[in-house]
Amino acid sequence: MLGWEFPPFISGGLGTACYGLTKAMSRLGLEVTFVLPRPVLMSGGTTHVRMRTPGDIDYSVLSAEQFEEELKNVKFRAIDSALRPYANAETYKSEIEELIRSKQRISGSIGLVEMGGDVHYTGDMYTEVHRYAAAAVKLAMQDSFDVIHAHDWMTYPAGIAVSAVTGKPLVVHVHSTEFDRSGEHVNQMIYDIERAGMHAADRVIAVSFLTRNIIISRYGVDGDKVAVVYNGVEKNGNNVNFNGTDIKKDEKIVLFLGRITMQKGPEYFLGAAKKVLEVMDNVKFVMAGSGDMMRRSVELAAELGIGNKVLFTGFLRGEDVRKVYEMADLYVMPSVSEPFGIAPLEALNHDVPVLISKQSGVSEVLKHVLKADFWDVNEIANKIVAVLKYPPLQVALKEHGNFEVRKLKWEDAAERCRQIYEQLAAQPVGV
Amino acid sequence: MPSVCFYFQVHQPWRLRHYTVFDEDHRYFDDFKNRSICRKVANKCYLPANRVILDLIRQHQGRFKVAYSITGVLLEQLAEYAPEVMSTFDALAQTGCVEFLAETYYHSLSFLYSPNEFKEQIYKHSDTIEELFGVRPKVFRNTELIYSNDLTDTIESMGVFDGILTEGADRILYGRSPNFIYRSPRSERIKLLLKNYALSDDIAFRFSNRGWCEWPLMAYKFSDWVSKVNGNGYVVNLFMDYETFGEHQWEDTGIFDFMRHLPGEIMKHPDNNFKTPSEVIASFPITDVIDVPGVISWADTERDLSAWLGNPLQSSALHELYRMEKKIKDTGDEELIADWRKLQTSDHFYYMCTKYFADGDVHKYFNPYDSPYDSYINFMNVMGNLEKRYKKIMAPVTVEEE
Repeated sequence: MLGWEFPPFISGGLGTACYGLTKAMSRLGLEVTFVLPRPVLMSGGTTHVRMRTPGDIDYSVLSAEQFEEELKNVKFRAIDSALRPYANAETYKSEIEELIRSKQRISGSIGLVEMGGDVHYTGDMYTEVHRYAAAAVKLAMQDSFDVIHAHDWMTYPAGIAVSAVTGKPLVVHVHSTEFDRSGEHVNQMIYDIERAGMHAADRVIAVSFLTRNIIISRYGVDGDKVAVVYNGVEKNGNNVNFNGTDIKKDEKIVLFLGRITMQKGPEYFLGAAKKVLEVMDNVKFVMAGSGDMMRRSVELAAELGIGNKVLFTGFLRGEDVRKVYEMADLYVMPSVSEPFGIAPLEALNHDVPVLISKQSGVSEVLKHVLKADFWDVNEIANKIVAVLKYPPLQVALKEHGNFEVRKLKWEDAAERCRQIYEQLAAQPVGV
Repeated sequence: MPSVCFYFQVHQPWRLRHYTVFDEDHRYFDDFKNRSICRKVANKCYLPANRVILDLIRQHQGRFKVAYSITGVLLEQLAEYAPEVMSTFDALAQTGCVEFLAETYYHSLSFLYSPNEFKEQIYKHSDTIEELFGVRPKVFRNTELIYSNDLTDTIESMGVFDGILTEGADRILYGRSPNFIYRSPRSERIKLLLKNYALSDDIAFRFSNRGWCEWPLMAYKFSDWVSKVNGNGYVVNLFMDYETFGEHQWEDTGIFDFMRHLPGEIMKHPDNNFKTPSEVIASFPITDVIDVPGVISWADTERDLSAWLGNPLQSSALHELYRMEKKIKDTGDEELIADWRKLQTSDHFYYMCTKYFADGDVHKYFNPYDSPYDSYINFMNVMGNLEKRYKKIMAPVTVEEE
């Protein structure tokens, strides 16, 4: 399995998904070798690929025992690389300009790129992707496996390369597409990589029908090849919090938790906040996360005259996430385009009612949540006010939502993946 | 000797328009949606079904009889959107073979919350029926056939009704047949007619179900089942929504043809006949006492109130609504009172039902909302505006100062 994020070093839902999926696969008895780029950027000049077992990696937060218990059938292989999954178009732009300048170093074809043993790290994402691919091929020669499972575009070239070298079937798992991340301003290079990966793959897994439709219509992939496997959610051991719910706050808290990027619709959250504050006063809006629209969002809140009502916490992890959920009266995800959206499931898991945009994959599986079009700021505000004003609504959403979310299990996702693997193993490869 | 007693419920609510917390005006109802649904149901059900019933009454020279309960809120909509339906009901009334039943004008749950409001709505409905069809109703049916011993007490105290229709629920019958006449332990006079839910639901719910072992249901087969009651009951009460004909069961299922043939088939057996509820009450004695201390209804398999009162959303919305009764009435503002009353229609609370929401089912019928939560939010926003209007009317001085 080829990925690039794994807890605790995550910046979004992808790492969470990989963790949940591999853990469930491990429980099903599937043996997984998880190849990930070294998440911590090493000092420059470290150019050759190194293989690392989890013990070698300085995962200070996640202990080795934890790995052994929960992921006993999962082996980890880390490559020293600086892949950043959620870097945006603007960040790429400069990198791509640089890429064009250094074009001669990269061969034209996507996938199999001949990499020297000493390519220098240049801050170029494209180069990184291919360095990862080359490294993965080397790793693949040493390990034995039956199926290659690649998560999102940065690992597709690696997937294609490993598949070509080993002849094993390739599954690409689409957690998001360039259209979700960048709207219509797609980065052509990334689109091309995604497209090549989807076309080269023997099967494509989409995280929702919403994403499946994009894969078919925007990437021209044959629908028969694209399966939908919904994400699951990790059960919280004991999330019943006795003191948290009884605390009498004088202020209600509405939470936005996620990357503050175009895709997540932060401006709609703020627009709705402005409207809510027209009819209610004792509300605070918390934006937890970071991203390229963070500054713009701070400015926008000030422009709207609600700066004192909006709190920016930056990126939150672990215990802080739990705390912020505990405080929240409502979680809002106004995503413009959300292939799936694991965060609302986590909110429900923490007993926080949820308002999600209809333009999200998770809206396909959740019924006991509030939904609105991401652009309908008026309706988002209307629903926020309702939840804050009518306690029975909050209670009903919590109870039913929490019950509903428990039915979404990673085991089911892992089982569907297993079925797909088995189908592939039974078929001749590379047709 | 079984008589067959048909009663059809005819109702459509005033559906609310999308009303946000930012809305300020007093237009709560969705004129466009209500008009189009009313027109659609008129064309698919009311007009063709009234035609079939009228033809049957003529064809059988007065031996085929039915009863209707038409809600006040539907009568208002028909007058506005489909007046031709009114004239066909009028034609049915002229035959003398049709009985119109009493119910709450607003198809409300007021029986459970406010005895005064409950009675006022019944009077308003009876006045309307008398004005339109010339006869004052003598038999009462409550919204969704909701019933308990208390209902008999209230209805008897009004002094104008002879009987009540309700559900022949297993848990009140304890193995007895719904085909007899019953009474409450607290009343000698008011007769209870119980719905034979097995035979009623064969038509209303199972008719077009191809997975049902009796499909396709033919008129002769059904009349055989009715005749089997002979010797074990006085009357087979077939109570159902009128929208069964053409709406719940589309025309292409053959439901109208089934109905066209049914009276003839049933009356092939010389002992069988058709009676209206009042005729049933006049013809048969009380057989036994039926004790209903708790509340029953005809809804879902539970036959209880859970479809309207099963979750905190519904109970809070209803509670809020009736909490305002005195305030609203004190204003004496006719428009405000009428709006408040239109909000009492049970459908508004049915839309908030979360019970089968995840499965998707009958609760979806003409439900204007995507989810029970949306319906609750909308309802509460309208209630909020109602409260503002009340405050404005009762405190005119402060408003002028603004």
